[in-house]
Amino acid sequence: MSSRLMWSAVAFALTLGLTSGVDLARAQGTIKIAYTDPLSGPFAQVGDQNLQQFKYIIDWINGRGGALGRKFELVAFDNKSQPSDALLALKSATDQNMPIIMQCSGSNIAAALIEAVDKHNERNPDNRIVYVNCGAVATELTNEKCSYWHFRMDAHVGMKAETMVRALPKDVTKVYLLNQDYLFGQSVQRDVKAFITKLRPDVKVVGDELIPLGKVKDFSPYTTKIKASGAQALLTGNWGPDMTLLIKAGMDSGLDVRYYTMYAHLGGGATAIGPGGNGKVRSVMPFHENIAVETGKTDTEGWTKQFRTTHNFDFYAAGFRTIFEFIQAAMNKAKSSDPAKFAQALEGLTITDMLGHQVTMRKDDHQILSEYFVGVFTKGVKYDSEGTGLGWKTEVTVPAKDLDQPNTCKMKRPA
Amino acid sequence: MEVLLVSLLNGLVYGMLLFMLASGLTLIFSMMGVLNFAHASVYMLGAYFAYDVSRHVGFWPALVLAPVLCGAIGALIEMYGLRRVHKNGHIAELLFTFGLAFIIDKGVQMAWGLLPVAYRVPAVLDRPLFTIYGTNFHAYRGFMLLISALMFCAIWLMLTRTRLGLVIQAALTHPEMVGALGHNVPASSPRCSRADRPSPASPASSGNYLVTEPSMAFTMGPIVFVVVVFGGLGSLAGCFIASLIMGFVQTFAVVFDVSLANVLALVGIKVTEASPFGEVLTIPLPRIGALLPYVMLVLILLFKPRGLMGTRDT
Repeated sequence: MSSRLMWSAVAFALTLGLTSGVDLARAQGTIKIAYTDPLSGPFAQVGDQNLQQFKYIIDWINGRGGALGRKFELVAFDNKSQPSDALLALKSATDQNMPIIMQCSGSNIAAALIEAVDKHNERNPDNRIVYVNCGAVATELTNEKCSYWHFRMDAHVGMKAETMVRALPKDVTKVYLLNQDYLFGQSVQRDVKAFITKLRPDVKVVGDELIPLGKVKDFSPYTTKIKASGAQALLTGNWGPDMTLLIKAGMDSGLDVRYYTMYAHLGGGATAIGPGGNGKVRSVMPFHENIAVETGKTDTEGWTKQFRTTHNFDFYAAGFRTIFEFIQAAMNKAKSSDPAKFAQALEGLTITDMLGHQVTMRKDDHQILSEYFVGVFTKGVKYDSEGTGLGWKTEVTVPAKDLDQPNTCKMKRPA
Repeated sequence: MEVLLVSLLNGLVYGMLLFMLASGLTLIFSMMGVLNFAHASVYMLGAYFAYDVSRHVGFWPALVLAPVLCGAIGALIEMYGLRRVHKNGHIAELLFTFGLAFIIDKGVQMAWGLLPVAYRVPAVLDRPLFTIYGTNFHAYRGFMLLISALMFCAIWLMLTRTRLGLVIQAALTHPEMVGALGHNVPASSPRCSRADRPSPASPASSGNYLVTEPSMAFTMGPIVFVVVVFGGLGSLAGCFIASLIMGFVQTFAVVFDVSLANVLALVGIKVTEASPFGEVLTIPLPRIGALLPYVMLVLILLFKPRGLMGTRDT
């Protein structure tokens, strides 16, 4: 192509762009998505693993055409687990006209983001942003605090708690709760207790503990207390070092209980449990690599296996792929990457996820409804975790319709 | 009763672990007056070295080699870093080591990644040593107790029985006089910090008691300072006692489910969550257990600024 011809093509494209006004910035180049999570500090490993999995997923989805013929690009911002830093990330994202901000860890940060995004969108109707929540799961966020601009792409604590309580075998009648002392941990504590009262009145809560977030170094005093309480099962929502140290202390002291966790399947969990934990630890999870094997989804199996060969930890974030499939579908349906338009398309949307299940973004409260699993950490599975020789095996599969819990959201939709 | 006994054991192990970490800091901070913020970071580095070395030559040789490696790094920092900034005073030292801590932490993250590494205990130690009321006392914890006890003896002997130790102790209070007697005071302090090498043995042995991960320096750093200041500067015994106290306080704070409201109830004042300050007064002790060492630090600085057995001011 001669250079003159090229220039006229560019001029033509520019004129086209100008006619659509503000869409100019968005209509060209990649679709930028801001992602903020702790990438330094004590919980850095969580953010870092999420980031690596997001990158893997984005490469894959871009290979399948991205959305609107454009590719996705992830821009990461470290928030050091601080709400104030997350708000700075939001500011940068809106300054650059990014249509989406994602955040996964910390319900306290999520609460701050919801408020800030609401305010921003109200004041700047021509530069709105959607907040995609990839893992801040306090139940309140899609109930009392629900917002039109917030889409939660993970089961909330109420759903996880119900799954956990339903998975308790009949012979377990004494349970011990141990959670982190902040919005999320308190949410787990309250919801688990509520579901025990409702579903398993025969189960007695023999201990109920809150620990300061990320401060406890030695959990042996807690294991002593749990043992003394006579509990048969330990129910915890702990994550990060609070989870790994707790399980390790329990394993070392020979504490003979069943562990029901929400995050033992995340990176570092398997290493902390070790071979001694065969059959003792369960996790309420959206995915593990062996599900694909169990259900014969060979394409999904191959896809996660490839992640394994290029990374030093296991792929656990099936939900993240669903997020991008949702965004892709919503943008293509709305034929726009303008938040006001694709947010509307996202409401009530149903897609099929990588395991072949129907997944819906509930319109009332923007809470995802997807299948959920309870896995047990055991020997004899095809894909082991973190080189321990043990891996996750599905014990319970909960279909999405069973998790369709009522909500109290009174959503204010933009006029 | 059984809870009491098991908790005593837990407290003892945790206290001794703290002492293991704090003993090195005692030598350099409280004996030599070097404010070393990078202490916990070097400790973490030791744990990672031990993990890496143990993968190639096995656990036991690593237990010897890792401290040597770690000591070499400590010596380099001392000779090319601390010795230069030392003459500019405490603030310079503090800032230098503060920056160093960040560099080491980030370096560890880049070298070993953010995930915990699988630093496993050898089979001999990976079993219950004895069982007390149905709770296993892990053999590894016994091993750690032994190492800390040996370290305490070694440091104590070095300080009181060797020529170097005596010079250091004298130089703390009367540097001019020691100099006048013909000892090279500036030269003896770096020698001491290299002599403090039993302390890196601690990461090698505690790395697999706790989980070896990049945030371990961050979680252990502050508490070690608390132990040294609480015990009193310039006192090894003070540091030892403070470690044990902190160990017991944190352990028992978890076990006793009481709140201020329970205490007030004893004197006949009834507090519920609805009464004034009820929210604060009804917080159970386990929820604030991890903060107690810092409360104790503040209190002791207010009422006994020299710490438990300190010989000089902070």
